[in-house]
Amino acid sequence: MPVVLDFERPIHELEQKINELKKFAAEKGIDLTNEISVLENRAREVRESIYGHLTSWQKVQIARHPERPNTYDYINYLFTDFVELHGDRFFGDDPAVVGGIGRFRGRPITVIGHLKGKDTKENIARNFGMAHPEGYRKGMRLMAQAEKFGRPVICFIDTPGAYPGIGAEERGQFEAIARSIMTMATLKTPIISVVIGEGGSGGAIAFGVSDRILMLEFTIYSVISPEGYASILYKDASRAKEAADEIKITASDLFELGIIDRVVPEPPGGAHRDPEAAAKNLGEALAEALDEVLKVPVDQLVPYRYQKFRAMGSEFIKEGPVL
Amino acid sequence: MVLDFLRKQKYITVQPGQEINGARGAVESVWVKCERCGELIFNRDLERNLKVCPKCGFHFRLSAPERIAQVADEGSFTEMDGGLLPVNPFCLADYDDRLARACRSTGLNEAVVCGECTVEGLPAVLVVMDARFMMASMGTVVGEKITRAAEAALERRKPLIIFSASGGARMQEGMLSLMQLPKTVSAVSKLGQAGILYISVLTDPTTGGVSASFAALGDIIIAEPGALIGFAGPRVIEQTIRQKLPEGFQRAEFLKQHGFIDLIVARPQLKETLALLLDLHLRKEA
Repeated sequence: MPVVLDFERPIHELEQKINELKKFAAEKGIDLTNEISVLENRAREVRESIYGHLTSWQKVQIARHPERPNTYDYINYLFTDFVELHGDRFFGDDPAVVGGIGRFRGRPITVIGHLKGKDTKENIARNFGMAHPEGYRKGMRLMAQAEKFGRPVICFIDTPGAYPGIGAEERGQFEAIARSIMTMATLKTPIISVVIGEGGSGGAIAFGVSDRILMLEFTIYSVISPEGYASILYKDASRAKEAADEIKITASDLFELGIIDRVVPEPPGGAHRDPEAAAKNLGEALAEALDEVLKVPVDQLVPYRYQKFRAMGSEFIKEGPVL
Repeated sequence: MVLDFLRKQKYITVQPGQEINGARGAVESVWVKCERCGELIFNRDLERNLKVCPKCGFHFRLSAPERIAQVADEGSFTEMDGGLLPVNPFCLADYDDRLARACRSTGLNEAVVCGECTVEGLPAVLVVMDARFMMASMGTVVGEKITRAAEAALERRKPLIIFSASGGARMQEGMLSLMQLPKTVSAVSKLGQAGILYISVLTDPTTGGVSASFAALGDIIIAEPGALIGFAGPRVIEQTIRQKLPEGFQRAEFLKQHGFIDLIVARPQLKETLALLLDLHLRKEA
């Protein structure tokens, strides 16, 4: 049974009707082409009207959709000759972070990404895409390796956030996140990050310090989940819908704020309705972004990256009298 | 006489959020109860003891001006960028009010104070966060001031000392706050590349986006005894794993045991320790 979000229901119902009609027509040998095409047009209209006016909260729901393509899916669609590499060389191999080398349009690339599971069992094994320190340290190791061999890095961001657990704290996740940010800030090879689902706070920024930051159309990137924001600032977690609007977490909002460089369109109905089309759009956007960053001389990458992050938010500072 | 003071205290009720006559209330300036051992301490004694409980050694939180007075040589501190003010980027209903209240009650424009000073005669750029100001959460201005301080240290080739204390990123500024992590980290990384010393001092509490950025990256990391240091807050962890955390979890001593800090230094020895470290880096021959 597919997971159908509340606001997707009208589309889902129309699609069910179309399928029933098709089946009926085939079984009875009746020509219902006209009726079907009327319904199909109607479904397209409904889909476009719903997906053309999504609220921030609806985007949150799509970003977290259990059937959304994950990092493995995009690796499979977009890369050839992928070899997964494991372990941080300190403690273990974090199943919530996947990394390796593959070819993107012929060019060897280091790929790193959070990995959510496809079902409950896999999600438990992958800790719902919430990394432990060893996940970030695996990422850093692979980034350093990419720099050594002059490969660009592509990071897929898809995590609710860092894992608030005993082991993660004992093994210093604050240090792991900080060091991953530093590794990226000073890496002498091009880096592109793309948010493919949820970009949750510290866990996301640990793979987000890049020359180009992309977001798929219906994804979110936030300093705290809307639920967390509502429970702390409104003292009421059920007001997450309002929070989602208030703190600007959607791809379009963040593009306007100048925090991300590009919004990658998703197929109608979202990436989970047509993963192949979503991957095709993402592939084109990544290829363009890669062309852009490969033009920058390697010794200019770190200074450019410095200026990029240095400038973020500077329009929201004013000068007043010293108290 | 003593009883009079105590009796007076009983008649004052403070509503949450209400301010007591600016930074220092008339009542709280006389007696203070130790948060850890419950000892009633004459405030003047506490201040003379650098705000460390004389009975149990508990380190009270310091304001930025108090910290600067304890660390910088007298009269040596010159503030930088003190006029930078945050704006309310998403026009939230009560963010302006919160900022104004924090401003009034602390006498500061933002949650961090930066400047140049000397420590036992040795030059340094000093950055001090002040947890009284919205839990010293890091928004755009806090990030900018820390970045500018690191850039000043680089330009003037002076060691950087940052006293961290923070609940993390400032939620009211959303993703703009999260972007202060890479911004500040990039700035302190440049010091490392230029061979300039950066000492990070973690004080109670250093959590969230501040612990996970510049605070974790000092060449030398010092913590004050008992300071809470970690990424996730203890309450969030308890809610997630549905069990009580062990005593001492995420405290400075726990972090030292797990290898994440160099030294735990009690406040009476802090200035001399900093001076010693500065000297070891600044004076190539003794």
